[in-house]
Amino acid sequence: MIHAVIVMNTEGKLRLSKFYNYKSPEEQPELIRRVYGALCRRPENVSNFVDSADIFGSGTQLVYKHYATLYFVFVFDNSENELAMLDLIQVFVETLDKCFKNVCEVDIVFNFNKMHAILNEIVFGGQVLETSSDEVMRAVEEITRLEKTSTNPISFVPKSVSGRFGR
Amino acid sequence: MEQLKTIGRELAMGSQGGWGQSKEFLDLVKSIGESRSKAEEDRIILREIETLKRRINEPDIPRRKMKEYIIRLVYVEMLGHDASFGHIHAVKMTHDDSLLLKRTGYLAVTLFLNEDHDLIILIVNTIQKDLKSTNYLVVCAALTVVCKLINEETIPAVLPQVVELLAHPKEAVRKKAVMALHRFYQKSPSSVMHIISNFRKKICDNDPGVMGATLCPLFDLITEDASSFKDLVNSFVNILKQVAERRLPKTYDYHQMPAPFIQIRLLKILGLLGGGDKHASEGMYTILGDIFRKSETSSNIGNAVLYECICCVSSIYPNPRLLETSAEITSRFLKSESHNLKYMGIDALGRLLKINPDIAEQHQLAVIDCLEDPDDTLKRKTFGLLYKMTKSTNVEVIVDRMIDYMISINDNHYKTEIASQCVELAEQFAPSNHWFIHIMNKVFEHAGDLVNERVAHNFMRLIAEGFGEEDEGADSQLRSFAVGSYLQIIGEPKLPSLFVQVICWVLGEYGTEDGKQSASYITGKLCDVAEAHPNDDNVKAFAITAIMKLYAFESAAGRKMDMLSECESLIDELSASHSTDLQQRSYELQALLSLDSHTVENLMPFDASCEDIEVDKDLNFLNNYVQLSIENGDRPYIPESERSGMFNIDSFKNQDRQESSAHALRFEAYELPKPVPVKVPSSAAPITDLVPVSESIYSKETATASVIPFTSDLLSNDAGVKLRLEGVQKRWGKPTYSSSSGSPVSTSNTQKTSNGISGIDVADHVISIPRDLSYDSTSKQSAQISEEKQKLAASLFGASSSKSGRRTASSHKNAKGINAHTEKSSVGTKSVPRESTQQSIPPPDLLDFSEETPVSETVSSSAPVGDPFGQLDGLLGPTIVTSTSNLTTDTVKPPDLMALYTDAPILDTTSDFTDPSVTNPNLTDLLASNINSHGEKTETMVKKGPNRQASLEKFSTARQVGVTPSGKNPNLFSDLLS
Repeated sequence: MIHAVIVMNTEGKLRLSKFYNYKSPEEQPELIRRVYGALCRRPENVSNFVDSADIFGSGTQLVYKHYATLYFVFVFDNSENELAMLDLIQVFVETLDKCFKNVCEVDIVFNFNKMHAILNEIVFGGQVLETSSDEVMRAVEEITRLEKTSTNPISFVPKSVSGRFGR
Repeated sequence: MEQLKTIGRELAMGSQGGWGQSKEFLDLVKSIGESRSKAEEDRIILREIETLKRRINEPDIPRRKMKEYIIRLVYVEMLGHDASFGHIHAVKMTHDDSLLLKRTGYLAVTLFLNEDHDLIILIVNTIQKDLKSTNYLVVCAALTVVCKLINEETIPAVLPQVVELLAHPKEAVRKKAVMALHRFYQKSPSSVMHIISNFRKKICDNDPGVMGATLCPLFDLITEDASSFKDLVNSFVNILKQVAERRLPKTYDYHQMPAPFIQIRLLKILGLLGGGDKHASEGMYTILGDIFRKSETSSNIGNAVLYECICCVSSIYPNPRLLETSAEITSRFLKSESHNLKYMGIDALGRLLKINPDIAEQHQLAVIDCLEDPDDTLKRKTFGLLYKMTKSTNVEVIVDRMIDYMISINDNHYKTEIASQCVELAEQFAPSNHWFIHIMNKVFEHAGDLVNERVAHNFMRLIAEGFGEEDEGADSQLRSFAVGSYLQIIGEPKLPSLFVQVICWVLGEYGTEDGKQSASYITGKLCDVAEAHPNDDNVKAFAITAIMKLYAFESAAGRKMDMLSECESLIDELSASHSTDLQQRSYELQALLSLDSHTVENLMPFDASCEDIEVDKDLNFLNNYVQLSIENGDRPYIPESERSGMFNIDSFKNQDRQESSAHALRFEAYELPKPVPVKVPSSAAPITDLVPVSESIYSKETATASVIPFTSDLLSNDAGVKLRLEGVQKRWGKPTYSSSSGSPVSTSNTQKTSNGISGIDVADHVISIPRDLSYDSTSKQSAQISEEKQKLAASLFGASSSKSGRRTASSHKNAKGINAHTEKSSVGTKSVPRESTQQSIPPPDLLDFSEETPVSETVSSSAPVGDPFGQLDGLLGPTIVTSTSNLTTDTVKPPDLMALYTDAPILDTTSDFTDPSVTNPNLTDLLASNINSHGEKTETMVKKGPNRQASLEKFSTARQVGVTPSGKNPNLFSDLLS
């Protein structure tokens, strides 16, 4: 199963974290600090896998992918396939890209609740739920639409401004 | 420039911000983004917490305001601060009717609370209601929360509803319900045992997504108990077949692969079910072969499926043809340029090795390449592989490599692991005693603080017992070698404590055995050691005991030895130590010095750490003494069982029981308090007693009692420390006399029979013969490969290649030439890794645009850092370039851009912005001039025009809301996927 999903930037600032096994607010920063420590030691052009037995317990591994200014990290145990996890990160980022139209770090900074919504459609309770970014998008859009029509006037998460201005 | 900045700020003040959150929230995020230190960040957050605490408790907060507060709380908690004061508000929000607010509430509670939190009880009711909702999105939201927040106790409250949802018309709900049940199973298997049949049913769901989700719980169930799911093998094979034949809807394709994630799950399950089951495995061979053939090798996910196939093949009942294909694919992985694939290759190789150990030898050079790779992950994986394939022929090379690597890393966790692996391999396969001691010294020196104490005790025992050769000479040679090496090492600074303890023990026990060094020289060294570790009581204890032994041996041998001055001061120091253990040891030493040589020899026999110590439990030798005492009028000893008023727990319990059973008043007088019963003259008697005891009595005792006083302190120490050797289950002496902090005096051994390292194969000294063979053959073939690597390869794989080289050559002939080039015998394949670099470059990942990343990065970084408008230049430039080079909309685009900026204020209807007419021209002017200055560079080609424009748009929005990228991170706006 997937134990955690972490998004942070290259300076170690956390952008999103989701632990599928409860970690107290006190533990979390420490874990994230150590993950960051492990990631920044990695040279470029090496594999995307890091053994995280010392951080998340034995048998766990993390896969990370570096996009522009962000690290996307998935922590999982041996019931998952490493390469498949790497593609799952790709699915996640692709979906974000579709959702925010050329996603960049600011989008993620200000819309982390939407990130959570997307992630919930991809990973559910630590298991892979959906791997087609189109399907995920459809689900997220449906939620957004329903929420807009619901009683409250403000939108759930407004479309990225670029969308508004581009029109 | 300044003016523009202020305009941006003003815009931001007026608007609610482009991202829909309030100015306050944006400011918070922004100030955290710009904070330079952790302390500053903490200050900002603490201030925010104060604000929120105040605000959130105000009466009548509008709901949307509350939603924002909660989002801010989530943000605060994400950064590691406590926001528990707001948890109750998040819980309240889950009760809201509006889907938006409810989802926000649910999101917040899943992030805030854990399953054992007190507030959960307030949510369970809402969850129950929502699970019955007609809006499937509400149901989905509730299921998400169920996964996270329902614990063993609350499972029964929601279980019936979740099970009902398995029949929900929406497949998304069914899927999530299956996964929620899976989560229940993980949390408390017993609570869902009765509904496991549902999982079996759900494999037949119409929707492939639901079927795929069902595989997750089934995988867990099968991992637990494969035998009760054997009947499903055929179903799984059929499903896999359908998936592989693309019978699933197109939407399940991923990078031209049909539902790869489902394939991977199925392969994992089949691997479990087929393990050691010939019948079940036979049903899988065909489909596995199909998948091998059909899977794309060009895409990442295709390789993932192939890798999973190899795992499956290697865990089911072996099939030669499939194994051969697996080996081919593994070698393709290993030869790949991608580190990820190499990693998978090494892993796959490790799996295949278990079935066919000869397979490694084809890939020796690839493995060595991985060993020298800069990638740490790959290196570790490779060491794991080497560890698995260590034999007595290659142990030296492998362990040497491991130790070099161990020294080079700082990661304590892995250092410990690799150190214990080294020790294990050295103990199992050591070709010679010298080598073994050398390796152990290295391990202790560099990872001494990390290895288990047991390793040290094993090692000491090995030195004491020798390596089992009958030849005593070899043992003493070994000891003398050890002593020599330790006298050299001992002077070095910063040795790990455990290593120093071992050194002290060996020097004390065998320092003077070979007579090369004088006892006083060694004593001096030991005193230095004790001095160099002023805070380490263990080291001091080992040192003083070693000194005691040296004196004892000298004195027993009839050589008079003068006390060194530093030794005297050490004894003085330790006698006054806070540690009673150290005190006792130093008193023991002093007492020993005053004894005559015969007594000393009995007391401390040479090289007796492994001798049996017979303990006279009845202490018969004291009978005379006891008799004498009784005659003198002392009280006789009363056995414990006959005593009353004892001070152990048992008696208290008994008393309790008696009192509760007999509540009647007691009329007889209470017994007189008895003195604390005279204990058995046990070994716990302080050593000081030894001195006044008259010589005559004492000498009678020495035979058996000799050990007792010296080990006395250890009796109370943990008696359970077991010193175990790998493979040889055997202890140091009786448990009561083994030491933890280790008085080496007590390192006795009751069993002297079997030797520790039974695994050592003495005949394995001849490592050079096979090496020569393969080395010669390799060098003839490939001149490109460096000699060093060949040597390494030869020594790693040497033995196997020499004897199995012929074997594989012939086996390949038998193999019907499936792959022509593998027939070229092992030697031929050795040169392949280098030559094949060009041909095996992986085709570009479809979605991996990483090559283009530098383009955008150079664009943004070429702008002066910290000046956002410089960035604007940089961003604008290429955009124009694109537009002109594409010859499509070159005249249209600049106005578009302009429109962006002129539109902006107008779009913000809520803006208090007062005078757009004044500012807009400024903006446009500036942009126009930028465009002019870059207009000439039309020749340069840049492709990612639209992206850059998009980021420009975002940039402008960001300026409007007052968020500028901090100087430290100018790339905040660069597209992730560019």
